[in-house]
Amino acid sequence: MIPIHPSVYVGYTLAVLTGFAFGFVLERAGFGSARKLAAQFYLTDMTVLKVMFTAIVTAMLGMTLLRAAGWVDYDAIWVNPTFLWAQIVGGLIFGVGFVIGGYCPGTSLVAAVSGRLDAIAFLVGTSVGIIGFAGVYDKLAAFAQRGGERRMLTDWLHLPYGVVALLVAVMAVGMFFGGEYLERRFHRPQAGVKP
Amino acid sequence: MDPTAHTQEEISAQPRAYWNPYIAGVALGLVLLGALVVFGRGLGASGALTRFTALGLHSLVPHWVTSNAHLGGYFAPGAHWWDDWLVFEVVGVALGGLAAALTAGRLVVGVDKGDRITNRTRILFALLGGTIVGFGARLAQGCTSGQALTGGATMALGSWAFMFSVFGGAYALAWFVRRLWT
Repeated sequence: MIPIHPSVYVGYTLAVLTGFAFGFVLERAGFGSARKLAAQFYLTDMTVLKVMFTAIVTAMLGMTLLRAAGWVDYDAIWVNPTFLWAQIVGGLIFGVGFVIGGYCPGTSLVAAVSGRLDAIAFLVGTSVGIIGFAGVYDKLAAFAQRGGERRMLTDWLHLPYGVVALLVAVMAVGMFFGGEYLERRFHRPQAGVKP
Repeated sequence: MDPTAHTQEEISAQPRAYWNPYIAGVALGLVLLGALVVFGRGLGASGALTRFTALGLHSLVPHWVTSNAHLGGYFAPGAHWWDDWLVFEVVGVALGGLAAALTAGRLVVGVDKGDRITNRTRILFALLGGTIVGFGARLAQGCTSGQALTGGATMALGSWAFMFSVFGGAYALAWFVRRLWT
């Protein structure tokens, strides 16, 4: 039955290997470059959108097939609890930091081990931000902890899992066509971004 | 002569091309699916960075950390700061990123930035951006990996709200900080 939940030491080893694959793909996708990541927000390079939504659709459709085969106990799959307002406000803050700093936490780690000094500065900043949040947590806890239910798109739309997966896939394909159009419209040759 | 020109040129001299984004996306999706199948949990980054930050801070001001409502739990009796699969996964991310950069000829010490700013400006804004991202990620209980990517694929409603908010915040500010990148 899925998830497998391997024993502790096997699990830690597999965790390192999973992370290795994750970091490798991020670097090869071009996510170790702040300029390439930031270009997403200037519509000149939509790689972030393409990689992210292809990954979401791939994993989602894979899970749909495994579920249809009856191999998955979906209640045992971790679904992030919804703290709606904390996630909306946190996301807006995060987006502001993303376009100023040029990275997100995972990509800054990949860039840092690729030798990018700005990524090391970003990681130092991330730690400062985490400590800052911890410092004011008492004041924010009531807001941050509001909610916390396991709510999925299926609950929100009142549609079956397979239908939502299909809708997300269709939306992603639409975004890919939009992204390709925007790249042609806004593309500027930029040294360092394109290999 | 611009003192930054040299490193920019080095970073630009990339011998191996990036993967096609759709191929990279399928690969990333399969890694994510594998994590969900094996562990029942997806990928992440900021959760592990929080634990490493707590560890570092604990060595400096242990009482502040143990009495902190947000970080203290990692050092409660019976708890271990490293006891989360994300800590091991993130070590793997660093190793995998290093291997990929090395084999692609992109392991270059330098500063990645737009052409119109100096290295010092870029470093300061990277620090500032990182600080804002760290704060936002804690408030949202995750980042682009744990919330947007993993939560997106597992159809978590709040994660979808987070993902669109990230794009919203970034696009809203992009015009004002365009000097940093364009």
